[in-house]
Amino acid sequence: MSKRLTNILVPLISILLGIIVGAIVMAISGFSPVDGYIALWNGVFGNTYNIGETIRQITPYVFAGLAVAFAFRTGLFNIGVEGQLIVGWLAAAYVGYAFDLPKIVHIPLALLAAAVAGGLWAFIPGLLKAKLQVHEVIVTIMMNYIALHVVNATIATLSDGEKTEKIHETASLRSPFLESITDYSRLHWGFIIAILAVIIMWFILEKTTRGYELKSVGFNQHASEYAGMNVSKNIILAMVISGIFAGLGGAMEALGTFGNISKMTAFTGIGFDGIAVALLGANQPFGVLLGAMLFGSLKNGGLNMPNEAGIPVEIVSIVIALIIFFVASGYIIRVALERISKKKKEEK
Amino acid sequence: MSFLEVLYFIIPSAIFYAAPLIMTAIGGVFTERSGVVNIGLEGVMIIGAFSSIVFNLTFADTFGGLTPWIGLVIAMVIGIVFSLILAVAAVSFRADQTVAGVALNMLGLAVAVFSVKMIYDKGQTDSIAERFSRFDIPVLKDIPILGKMFFTDVYGTSILAIVVAFIAWYIIYKTPFGLRLRAVGEHPMAADTMGVNVTKMRYVAVMISGALGGIGGAIYAQAIAGNFSQSTISGQGFIAIAAMIFGKWHPLGALGAALFFGLAQSLSIAGASIPVIKDVPEVILLILPYLLTIFALAGFIGKARAPKASGEPYIKGKR
Repeated sequence: MSKRLTNILVPLISILLGIIVGAIVMAISGFSPVDGYIALWNGVFGNTYNIGETIRQITPYVFAGLAVAFAFRTGLFNIGVEGQLIVGWLAAAYVGYAFDLPKIVHIPLALLAAAVAGGLWAFIPGLLKAKLQVHEVIVTIMMNYIALHVVNATIATLSDGEKTEKIHETASLRSPFLESITDYSRLHWGFIIAILAVIIMWFILEKTTRGYELKSVGFNQHASEYAGMNVSKNIILAMVISGIFAGLGGAMEALGTFGNISKMTAFTGIGFDGIAVALLGANQPFGVLLGAMLFGSLKNGGLNMPNEAGIPVEIVSIVIALIIFFVASGYIIRVALERISKKKKEEK
Repeated sequence: MSFLEVLYFIIPSAIFYAAPLIMTAIGGVFTERSGVVNIGLEGVMIIGAFSSIVFNLTFADTFGGLTPWIGLVIAMVIGIVFSLILAVAAVSFRADQTVAGVALNMLGLAVAVFSVKMIYDKGQTDSIAERFSRFDIPVLKDIPILGKMFFTDVYGTSILAIVVAFIAWYIIYKTPFGLRLRAVGEHPMAADTMGVNVTKMRYVAVMISGALGGIGGAIYAQAIAGNFSQSTISGQGFIAIAAMIFGKWHPLGALGAALFFGLAQSLSIAGASIPVIKDVPEVILLILPYLLTIFALAGFIGKARAPKASGEPYIKGKR
């Protein structure tokens, strides 16, 4: 079996296994898995409103997935996407309501603020990794919680209560046109920006010298250093670019979906789902787009399951977690595939 | 409030908040010492909290005052079973341990909330009737000052947690099992050559962390929260991991760090009534454990070094 085919089969089998185990869980809990998955399907494609909401849900997933994938490609594990996304969200929301500017300046400025905030939040673990060899996983996890508490405290100072003011119309990505074709869903222009981001990541990694260096450092630091690359500079840059993607994901929520930011009691979960998205997309930009489409659809379609089939929405999270397990355990699926193809050869 | 009164108030409350952190952090020490990173401790705690609350609500009438303690045992068993998922993925299937841990967290929360909705038809359980109770330790409580600080209104769970930390220290540093555990975490190939079963050791270590993490979650649920909902365990598992790192992967270090983080937690909740502390913004106290962990890792507070093979699957025959 060719390597390419295996690489495509592993995620597909993982998704299938996740859906099957999800069906078993539903059956054990006394629900009909068929009804459950029909409700899920309708939640995604049932009507134009649901389609609009699904695309809206996919948008931040693309950014979160790109952030995780970009770090992975450069040999780093950024679990801090969640935190970088939250600070980006706050920055975009603040710029959105605190300034009065024409639309053509206001939106880019708000996006820039989110990118800078997310990038800065990722700069710290990048710096610690590059200069002091501190493992980025723990630092980024800690930075997530620091982000959560600091952002909540900032919201409390900026506003008099639980949430900030709504952003001005000039900073909003919402459009009456998109609302009208999707039965007044919260769909916004962010999805165009998300697709652009996918192309930008592909361009950086595949078409620029810098991207080549970043990947090279990810593969082998010592060889890269021997070849004259500045390893620590590349590590920091990789984290910052990853953080920029995450921050922009937050901007989608601020400028598109919600129009403000509210105090949070728990994480949004987008950053952690981003790990799933990146993993499923094999850390390729266009793979991430597909991964985000799958998980965004599952997440949004799942909301329909309690209404239509009476199944708690958490079943979707169970399925997503299972898919991550199966993709991560890709080794065993590869072994199984090899055995099957060997047997077939022998029979021939 | 005089300074001494503040101490009488803060120290017992710090130990109270630290107990679940100590348990879970010790669990983390065991896995990391064996070379498996367990980011999934948060999920294990959630499952432990959930199962103990369900048990408590169902059997409070049958077992009375003993219910929370039996709840700990139930949470321990379910924690072990749940952690096996990580062991299978990370040890046998060579999955990326961090990714598997993240999935474990997601799965723990989703399964727990799903089950709560199935059983109770709502997202939050009722409050439990039987909580852990406090008692005074005879004789010791009569020691001036210290008696009032450490030996009155004590929770049994706090004593249990501190005892477990010392037992863990003994096991890891004074027994053949502990030596093998550390060897597997530092240099699995060398350990394998000497006849230590790396896979078995790692399975056992992950199961121990599942047991202790489950108990940690159950203590939090039955002593502090009193019910279970989506947000009952929100970050305690990660604070426990932080305590483990801040304690430099040493059981007694983790104990000290967990006590300190417990202090930070209790100050952030009760600080408003204490002079000096009430002028400190709450957010500082909330982020303190995380900040300190980063400082510790960066080497500002003595270098924290992870077991050498931590995070790497062991593949026989691979150099």
